[in-house]
Amino acid sequence: MTVTSDRTSDRTTDRTTDLPPAPAPAPFPTGTQRLPMAKALNLGMRRALANDPRALLMGEDIGRLGGVFRVTDGLFAEFGEDRVVDTPLAESGIVGTAIGLALRGYRPVCEIQFDGFVFPAFDQITTQLAKMHYRSQGRLTLPVVIRIPFGGGIGAVEHHSESPEALFAHTAGLRVVSPSTPADAFTMIQQAIASPDPVIFLEPKGRYWEKGDVDLDAPLPAPHGGTSDLDHARVVRPGTDVTVVAYGPTVATALKAADAAAAEGTSLEVVDLRTISPLDTATVAESVRRTGRCVVVHEAPVLYGTGAEVAARITEECFYHLQAPVLRVGGFHTPYPVAKLEHDYLPSLDRLLDAVDRTLAF
Amino acid sequence: MIPTGPAADGPLTDDGLVQLLTPAGERVPHPEYDAWVADLDPDRLRAMYRDMVLTRRFDVEATALQRQGELALFAQSLGQEAAQVGSGHALRPQDHVFPSYREHGVAQARGLEMTQLLRLFRGVDHGGWDPAERNFHLFTLVIGSHTLHATGYAMGVQRDGLVGTGDPERDAAVVTYFGDGATAQGDVSEALVFASVNRAPVVLFCQNNQFAISEPTTRQATVPIAHRAPGFGIPAVRVDGNDVLATYAVTRQALERARSGGGPTFVEAFTYRMGAHTTSDDPTRYRTSEQEEHWRRRDPIERVRAYLDGVGELPEVFQAQLASEADAFGEHLRTAVRGMGRPSGPSMFEHVYATPHAVVDAERAWFEQYEQSFVDHEGHQSGGHR
Repeated sequence: MTVTSDRTSDRTTDRTTDLPPAPAPAPFPTGTQRLPMAKALNLGMRRALANDPRALLMGEDIGRLGGVFRVTDGLFAEFGEDRVVDTPLAESGIVGTAIGLALRGYRPVCEIQFDGFVFPAFDQITTQLAKMHYRSQGRLTLPVVIRIPFGGGIGAVEHHSESPEALFAHTAGLRVVSPSTPADAFTMIQQAIASPDPVIFLEPKGRYWEKGDVDLDAPLPAPHGGTSDLDHARVVRPGTDVTVVAYGPTVATALKAADAAAAEGTSLEVVDLRTISPLDTATVAESVRRTGRCVVVHEAPVLYGTGAEVAARITEECFYHLQAPVLRVGGFHTPYPVAKLEHDYLPSLDRLLDAVDRTLAF
Repeated sequence: MIPTGPAADGPLTDDGLVQLLTPAGERVPHPEYDAWVADLDPDRLRAMYRDMVLTRRFDVEATALQRQGELALFAQSLGQEAAQVGSGHALRPQDHVFPSYREHGVAQARGLEMTQLLRLFRGVDHGGWDPAERNFHLFTLVIGSHTLHATGYAMGVQRDGLVGTGDPERDAAVVTYFGDGATAQGDVSEALVFASVNRAPVVLFCQNNQFAISEPTTRQATVPIAHRAPGFGIPAVRVDGNDVLATYAVTRQALERARSGGGPTFVEAFTYRMGAHTTSDDPTRYRTSEQEEHWRRRDPIERVRAYLDGVGELPEVFQAQLASEADAFGEHLRTAVRGMGRPSGPSMFEHVYATPHAVVDAERAWFEQYEQSFVDHEGHQSGGHR
């Protein structure tokens, strides 16, 4: 017996085909431009799609709408529905089919709409995506990028402000990175797409609209190898008294803290971690050997967080250089609180400076 | 009106099963599916019979090897040989298989070197074969996850322009195997959604072997499993999974639909897991010997053997050759498994990433010097963890 289906929704009855055609894409901008991070990411993906016919984007509302944050704006019109794919509303399905597409030789870039919505895909990411290269003894590679707008400070409802990086960094087989500036966002998203490894790409959504200079003509450094790759931290402000380690949304906080501290005569060195897996301990350790003090700041809860890992490694590697224990500033061991309280939860300028004062008091 | 609530006959009904061979091995006509087996010559039927016999031997040998301590675990395909070999023979070389972990009969039909399947169960690697060699992906142990990989892969085949070209050497389909228990997993439902809306060239092949370890299909569904698919917009067919001819016919039709651009098909092959879930399981705790005996009388190998014998296509010389081939196969499996040595310790650090990762590299370097610390200056192991 064959059970038949009523197939009523083929493409000829798709009402969206009645929409007017989208305007032709503007030419790709050149030179150094002052751009918000969201636009820098958009241009990075646009370039990757143009240069690599196997690259494709997939996610919820990323097509005609351009994504809820408009990060993929215009790409559907330019590259079409087979390369900028509006998927069903199912995160495990998005990542699971991305794995299949990668096995077929494609380079899928998945957008998870918000940090708190990644967990339906957590099994596919940690159990399948992270392990398939290993299980196949290197025969299969999974060049899949999972873009996740993460972090808080935008007054959102629950599940829209979380920082799940440690959960992914704890899983071997995944790379976990986060840009803090539009320039890094433009470069790092292209490097992540070019990487043969799965990359969890955490976008600090609270910084999407902050502008910075982006050199759109600079050659793209290789994703792995060299100091401008995906695997290295960077000293973004030199200093002498305390090393502040930050990444993603807290780099800007650390730089403001460095300004405020300088006014009081304290010199902070700010390290932008950029990558959480692998962790570039060498760059942090080199800094701490000079300053003797270290504070790590992130929005994620401090308990079992990235800061705990940095503190343990710095203690092992720089024990005789440390003048004080490594301190951590971050979220509390509570669910992400209501919007009216999030500024008490998030690591603010003042809480960071408080930790700087405490480390100097040792 | 759309029917709601449990079906009167439940998920274990044999209602509507496509059957071409009765349990006694008599060929019965079928108006729709006779055409899909019309060109099967006796050589091809004997090739299917041979693959079923060798798959059974594989099960027997691997189970014995587990009992001897040579394998850590084994999952038999016992009783499901017709479903696996019949569907496997319907595939073309360019088609792709995403198996679960019990599809030894499909592997046999695809021509895999079968000892490679046992490396996983020996504990020397996580899947020892090159998936590209026979278009047979690694086993997936997390139930249902791979149905999404198969669907995504089929979306890739679509994008590669290998669907509906009309060239039988080019057009390709994907088939994924899973069980009745898997259909309760969300990933399988998501695979049905993605396959449907993308019209993906994928065949979702469910072997309803009536058990998810100890739980009968009635704990997973209140309606026949195949009835789920039409709700997703996917045509479905129920087939007697112990009938190799019928399984071949329905899978061939489904694959052809996929290759020609007709989209996905859901196949429910109704069969019975004659063995335990794995060598760690004890089915006497949850099912009766009467039920097992009932299904032993419906043995899929005996069915096709009786058919071939009845039509005079199973000469004694073929039987004798197959028996000695199976013996040699058994010897080959035993020797190969016993020869699978322990991998080197540092090999655990290989292929974690496709590119160097500082933490993995540092841990490997530490581990190697730690191991070296147990070697004395004359090069002998000196105690320690060995």
